[in-house]
Amino acid sequence: MAERELILAFESSCDETSVAVIENGETILSNIIATQINSHKRFGGVVPEVASRHHVEQITECIDLAMAEAEVTFDELTAVAVTYGPGLVGSLLIGVTAAKVVAFAHHLPLIPVNHLAGHIYAARFVKPLVYPLLALVVSGGHTELVTVSAPGEFAIIGDTRDDAAGEAYDKIGRVLGISYPAGKQVDAMAHQGKDTFDFPRAMDQEDNLDFSFSGLKSAFINTVHHADQLGQTLDKNDLAASFQAAVTDVLTHKTIKALQQYPVQQLIVAGGVAANQGLKEKLTAALAEAFPNVDVIVPPLRLTGDNAAMIGAAAHIELAKGHFADATLNAVPGLDLPQASEA
Amino acid sequence: MKLLALDTSEQAMSVAVMEDATLLAETTLNRRMKDHSEQLLPTIESLLAASGLGADDIDRFVVAAGPGSYTGLRIAVTTAKTFASTLHKELVGVSSLAALAAGERHTSELIVALMDARRGNVFAGGYQWTDDGRLKTVIADRHLALTEVLAQIAALGQLTVFTGPDALSMRETIVEQLGSLARFADPVSALPRASRLGALGRVAAPVADIDAFVPRYLRLTEAETTWLKTHQETGHEPYVEKV
Ligand SMILES: [Zn+2]
Repeated sequence: MAERELILAFESSCDETSVAVIENGETILSNIIATQINSHKRFGGVVPEVASRHHVEQITECIDLAMAEAEVTFDELTAVAVTYGPGLVGSLLIGVTAAKVVAFAHHLPLIPVNHLAGHIYAARFVKPLVYPLLALVVSGGHTELVTVSAPGEFAIIGDTRDDAAGEAYDKIGRVLGISYPAGKQVDAMAHQGKDTFDFPRAMDQEDNLDFSFSGLKSAFINTVHHADQLGQTLDKNDLAASFQAAVTDVLTHKTIKALQQYPVQQLIVAGGVAANQGLKEKLTAALAEAFPNVDVIVPPLRLTGDNAAMIGAAAHIELAKGHFADATLNAVPGLDLPQASEA
Repeated sequence: MKLLALDTSEQAMSVAVMEDATLLAETTLNRRMKDHSEQLLPTIESLLAASGLGADDIDRFVVAAGPGSYTGLRIAVTTAKTFASTLHKELVGVSSLAALAAGERHTSELIVALMDARRGNVFAGGYQWTDDGRLKTVIADRHLALTEVLAQIAALGQLTVFTGPDALSMRETIVEQLGSLARFADPVSALPRASRLGALGRVAAPVADIDAFVPRYLRLTEAETTWLKTHQETGHEPYVEKV
């Protein structure tokens, strides 16, 4: 019988404590996710110190549950993997500390994983990946176009110059009176409204693959405030639809531009905003027309948000390469994927 | 009983391996070269190796549970609870201030351990050795203004030994308020020593629910304090949910 490769993976970069057991890089035996959304809702966004406190109270219970659900023992594990950045330093430290202790106490190699690599490898649970491929990573913290030339070989080709797409959703959501996190409700409202405000599509016409959402956010807020001053009430659904149209237009156009420059067979849409219906619809329609042969992979909802299963999938690649860390591993809040070298 | 004790409550880091009351190996670092996160586990590894033990040989993990620097507390507590939970061993949390007070072993006076909590505030706890060698709590650990702590101590009107690295730097204020009632630990005894922590942890009751064990911050976050001014804590959905 072939030996099973079993990775115990940790993710705690923001406000989810997650521990998973992944078999052979492709099968989820368990994926425990403890989300703190109800706590941070009180404050209208993630409060780092509160997040760190919740991680400590959750971490060993999540390990227990992940091991129990996977029905494996520590002796059977092949390796331990952990997100060491990017993210909130206090949050990252809990996963990093726990993963290091499990690796040492149970004599297992430790694999450090980049959180963004994890988001991209969530797609591995949908189907085998074909290289080179392109990934659009959109979340509360990230808006990036990434090429993956071979397993675990990443290069950023487009990045946001200011806010992340998901961050912009939360900020305009506040103006619309939607509680944090706003993405899902703005998406739903957008489907009830029309794009009547014609907000700016920043950098859409520029030749690069970068994004900017702060101008859009300001335009949105100014529009609402201006109407308030005049005593007018704007249709919230139309506002949501107009905002979402601007975001998804730019994301779609830049992705098409990237596909023109980097021919691939697969496009992975990764990160929390990948769950956005408006984005999915627009991107799929545009690609069906421009790149009918490109396969668009959007992982299921449970795997687009932060979770440890995706870290286990990315760690499977790093394990094959022998990329290990020792007991000095620290959290690296500003960790990035490599930038594509200047053309 | 073999025991590993660890303390990263403040700048200094201390780790000790003990067999019952006997200290086998100890490291105390007081110069912050690297993050606790980088040096704690390597130190544990080397002390265990020097003691001829594996992690699995440890029967009880003793951690300085707070108060102290939030990040430091979390690193030691997460380390200790992960060892205890995944190896099915005992976990004991000891007050970081009690551990500091225990560094003043040879006095029958009141010992007050202090930590700077910024903006004129301190974490403070008052302890005293009993005749049978137990460290009893006289003033429960608290977070308040230094001047208030000193007023409380002045009211007791007894000789008091102040300890903790921060206490030495508050010497002037303390002497101003307490005059000749104030004594000070020497700078070496004022450092946290995991062997003293371990000695306290050896005779304490282990934690019943390791998963639920968290640092004793003794202070809410600013965000929560502000929120509580206008909201009720009761009747809410669970703040953290497994989904
Ligand atoms: Zn993420």
